[in-house]
Amino acid sequence: MRALSALYLTAAGLFIYLPVAMLVLFSFQDSRLPVPPFTGPSLRWYQDVLTDRDLMAALGNSALVALASSAVALALGFLAAVALARHRLPGSVWLRALFVAPMAVSTLIIGLGLLNLWGWLGWPVSLWATGIGHVVLNLPLCFAILFTAMGDQQLSAERAARDLGAGEARVLWHVTLPMVAPSALAAYFLSVTFSWDEFILAFLLTRFDVTLPVEIWSLLKSGLNPRTNAIGSLVFLVSVALVIVLEFTLLRKRRA
Amino acid sequence: MTATVTLQGIRQDFGATTALHEVNLEVDAGEFVVLLGPSGCGKTTLLNIIAGFTAATAGRVLIGGRDMAGVAPKDRPTTTVFQDYALFPHLKLADNVAFGLRMRGVARAARAQKAEAMLALVGLPDKGGRRPHELSGGQRQRVALARALAVDPDVLLLDEPLGALDLKLRRAMQDELKAIQRRLGTTFIHVTHDQEEAMAIADRIVVMNEGRIEQAAPAREVYLRPASLFVAGFMGEVNRIPLKDGKSPLGPLMPGTGTVVLRPEAIGRDGPVPLGPARVIDATFFGTHVRAQMAPLAAPDLRLTVHLPQGTTLAPGDTMPLFARDPVLL
Repeated sequence: MRALSALYLTAAGLFIYLPVAMLVLFSFQDSRLPVPPFTGPSLRWYQDVLTDRDLMAALGNSALVALASSAVALALGFLAAVALARHRLPGSVWLRALFVAPMAVSTLIIGLGLLNLWGWLGWPVSLWATGIGHVVLNLPLCFAILFTAMGDQQLSAERAARDLGAGEARVLWHVTLPMVAPSALAAYFLSVTFSWDEFILAFLLTRFDVTLPVEIWSLLKSGLNPRTNAIGSLVFLVSVALVIVLEFTLLRKRRA
Repeated sequence: MTATVTLQGIRQDFGATTALHEVNLEVDAGEFVVLLGPSGCGKTTLLNIIAGFTAATAGRVLIGGRDMAGVAPKDRPTTTVFQDYALFPHLKLADNVAFGLRMRGVARAARAQKAEAMLALVGLPDKGGRRPHELSGGQRQRVALARALAVDPDVLLLDEPLGALDLKLRRAMQDELKAIQRRLGTTFIHVTHDQEEAMAIADRIVVMNEGRIEQAAPAREVYLRPASLFVAGFMGEVNRIPLKDGKSPLGPLMPGTGTVVLRPEAIGRDGPVPLGPARVIDATFFGTHVRAQMAPLAAPDLRLTVHLPQGTTLAPGDTMPLFARDPVLL
């Protein structure tokens, strides 16, 4: 029975991680095709990728969009969570549903909607449009995480802060936000991860300055190449790093 | 700093229920006033109205003669020590204590100095680098006190601050609270349901019941000259003897009609008011006194609780004549 479970675990692990392992392995391929037999290891494709100006520009764009849009999504999500957790608003149940609903809407639909809106406004698609799209995508997540983190334990500290002379903005900045900091960090890093990997909105809403997933997609149009493996491995590395940071912050919250 | 507090016709309705009816109270500058009463009597509501967390349905709050209508808690010359301490868990103790000064724009160095001085005042010197979760309940309470006092409030409000502490620690903190209040001269308004605590610290006890002030007077007066049966019963044990036109089941006691209230320790072998002979039902040694249940021979169904001196030896069935001091007719 134990052997069977071990076998099952191995099979599941292989099923999930074999493709990624293959991707990473053949990024070190010495020849021009990322298929067996493995020749190498070689770092030539990494050198190729890291000196490619378009790829590096796309990488920078991706990082910028991910970090900035997540910060905006976090700020808006936090304020919305404060409003709904701390104040009695008319129709607050409906408002809450309204904030979370975009989670259930397909990214493609959101992308098409934004594309239509941009066309109607006569604005050119750009990184800005993608960034705003990612805010729309990640706001429900940030709101949901922070709304659940707001409880009565902050309520009395907030009251004490007011009693000691803090205005509402300073109560939020000096008391509420630091007290939900673990959740805020988790929400931020999750947002960054989602934005970093996001393809559909980025594809629909950028033209000249593209993000990394869009750049990789255009590389793939000319067929498989160890370069795409190398850049894919780099993206994977960043995602894994973010997930590790996220785990760390969540674990810290559990201990506290 | 210090200030007077004046409450004029304070009324508070929560929906259909009235938590406070027409409360009037004058608190002197530098006075230590205790609001005392059972849970639900409106004492905490009254404190919240003074702090500005609750807007009274009617009436005025004046602090230092200034009307507080429309003044937010952050702008009032009051600070509060909360029952659950409400410390900021993410800040060091020194930063907790300095929080109010930071909100008032005091420079960092001056803040740190004041915080250190306040922590020393409450007996926690050199603990400024700790965090709240590293402290015991009593220490947290001290930090909450230091934090509230750091901004030099005119009036300090204390909402059952000692409620969560064990008895011994509570008695020790009462003495300290009183000493700190004397030293600073700040007006203290302290809420509690513990009448011993009230007597230990208050210059004046305000006894509240069902949203009304029953009596506001120094401890001695509240205990010995209670204004109502509620006050008499809340401040300690009492014997109640019905009186009609000067006649009681024990014979004539005093002129008037109502209920004669006698403390157990005001009944003994001698005194100005004779109660007649009584039979001992039960007697127990309590350390400081002997507590006895007695049945007067004139009214065998009546029970008197009597505290007799430590050296008294009594057995059930003994009879002895009883006398009383300080009878109060209510």
